[in-house]
Amino acid sequence: MKKVEQKVEETKSKGEHHHFFQRKSLRHDSPSREVADNVGNIWAKCPKCHELAYTKEYEKNFKVCQKCKHHNRLRWDERLATMLDEGSWVEVNAHIKTGDPLHFANNGEVYPDKIAQTRKKTGINEALVTGYGTIEGQPVAIAVADFAFLGASMGSVFGEKLVRLIELCLERRMPLLTVSASGGARMHEGILSLMQMAKTTAALGRLGQARIPHFSLLTDPCYGGVTASYAMVADVIMAEPGAMVGFAGPRVIEQTTRQKLPAGFQTAEFLLEHGMVDEVVPRREFRSILSRMLKLYGRAQAPAFANGTLLSFPMIMGGAQHTQKTEEMKNYAW
Amino acid sequence: MPGKPRLIKKAQEVARHPSQVFRKPEHTEQTDDELDTMLPAADGALETEEASAIVGNTTDDTSETWKRVQLARHAERPKTLDYIKRLCPDFVEVHGDRRFGEDTAIVGGLAEFEGRTIMAIGHQKGKNTKENIARNFGMPSPEGYRKALRLMQQAEKFGFPVVCFIDTPGAYPGLEGEERGVAQAIAENLLVMSQLRVPIISVVIGEGGSGGALAIGLADRVLMLENSIYSGASPEASASILWRDSAKAPVAAMTMKITAQDLLRLEVIDEIISEPESGAHTEPAVTADAVKEAILRHLSEIEAHMTEAGPQAIEQLLANRYDKFRKMGVYEE
Repeated sequence: MKKVEQKVEETKSKGEHHHFFQRKSLRHDSPSREVADNVGNIWAKCPKCHELAYTKEYEKNFKVCQKCKHHNRLRWDERLATMLDEGSWVEVNAHIKTGDPLHFANNGEVYPDKIAQTRKKTGINEALVTGYGTIEGQPVAIAVADFAFLGASMGSVFGEKLVRLIELCLERRMPLLTVSASGGARMHEGILSLMQMAKTTAALGRLGQARIPHFSLLTDPCYGGVTASYAMVADVIMAEPGAMVGFAGPRVIEQTTRQKLPAGFQTAEFLLEHGMVDEVVPRREFRSILSRMLKLYGRAQAPAFANGTLLSFPMIMGGAQHTQKTEEMKNYAW
Repeated sequence: MPGKPRLIKKAQEVARHPSQVFRKPEHTEQTDDELDTMLPAADGALETEEASAIVGNTTDDTSETWKRVQLARHAERPKTLDYIKRLCPDFVEVHGDRRFGEDTAIVGGLAEFEGRTIMAIGHQKGKNTKENIARNFGMPSPEGYRKALRLMQQAEKFGFPVVCFIDTPGAYPGLEGEERGVAQAIAENLLVMSQLRVPIISVVIGEGGSGGALAIGLADRVLMLENSIYSGASPEASASILWRDSAKAPVAAMTMKITAQDLLRLEVIDEIISEPESGAHTEPAVTADAVKEAILRHLSEIEAHMTEAGPQAIEQLLANRYDKFRKMGVYEE
């Protein structure tokens, strides 16, 4: 385990890219990243404690500040690099593109244009990137929300891609990891965004009935419709240290209730204390924890009765079937 | 099919469908005047024209939408308990989530409906300030959703259909609600409703505010009263997100497509239930009859399907419910 992790780090420090970094380095301009990424490119500054670190060191440490342990936001590909086996990532359904059901326009700016700009800025087609890979050789499907894409708001494409990934999990009996960060539902798609909550959660219901595990990782920030749907319906819910997670944002709560909110309100630690998440997992430990859980859940047995006898059979498979399908999938993964 | 959002095309077909119940309101001048005097001051009406220009709406559309919003929120508009009382000769209200507390913003219990037992559940708003304070303005806490969940599971246990009445500005945003996991409570309702082995019918009777409404809205049939609204964010919240000015709510209401007519076009709801010309509150008995007729018709239809399907009835019901939500969304590929 440790060996693999070191290998990941070494590759990164040499400036080489993973298989899934084949695309030229992606640029993101979210404010928090700007602060962290660019102090003359050589130095990275922690957005929380303003500690300076060599950019290379900072990235090697998956953008966790060495001094204050602040977990900075990650791009989707940076996120995958923290957990997946090198070269194992295969993206699916990247081709699904945003529609414009409301013919949404705001101050002369139409929604399709906004999407086009965001695509260009982020290098991805939509806020949710889906695919699968392996963690210490164990197959796992992963859906990563990238906050840089319109605050990773959940619209039709987000919901559709997640449901298709769940269907893939059902087809191959592959466990699912969702990595969530979101401002909530996508305004521009109105009620259809809200309905993605129902759609994704219903699909997870089927996954649950098939006894295929869903692991949910909540990252900063995670609010609204995402928290109130698929992200909170998981067999194991984890959160990153310091991540802000809730339903309503703190500003809305203060304005509505005129309550003074306690320090640490809605942080991952607050959720742990209130019994809402299973564990707060530091970024560096996540791969190891998930790998252990994949192994433990991988021995799941479904009790079944036939002619009065209790039968049991292994629930999660991968292996030959998986490898064969991988080749097919590569054809329409970019 | 590149370029063409598939749902729009289908939605246009729906709009032409003769069985559609939607009746375009014919506002006479007199009615408009009536509305204006009847309703609370039209907040933001002054900005309407200017703001309409921003998003390219016509002022007419905007003010018509805003009238509906005001009707949907009208203090005198019949509330959940009014409908239950008019629709059901017997209703035994029960309380509490058996976990933490009782939330008066959601009511529920077994009721008699046209010779059947049903589980009636709904958001409850008040008709005046005192009532509204007691009901927290129809904004539920986690306990409300967990009570609803408990009642739905009761219904499932005894094989009673569930009828939900939706009328809430949204789940209550507060410290305690967050501590006790309001998001988790909503998510769990969605999960359980998607698999509940009895028919579910939800009717939006006033305001369908965001996840707080959807939490009792994942149903086999979703119906809306003609002057009700259903949205991901309230017009005020949308306006403050879009233009940092909640006074532009009327424009946001138009832009966000939140009326029953919009939702039918977007294939999110199954039917619009007509209201009396000046709104549900002017003739509550007539409105209740229309609601009763619609619920009964849909329920009978589902029951007939289930009888036809025989031993596969429940699996079929669940498969249809799944497919209904599975296909929601507009995208291109």
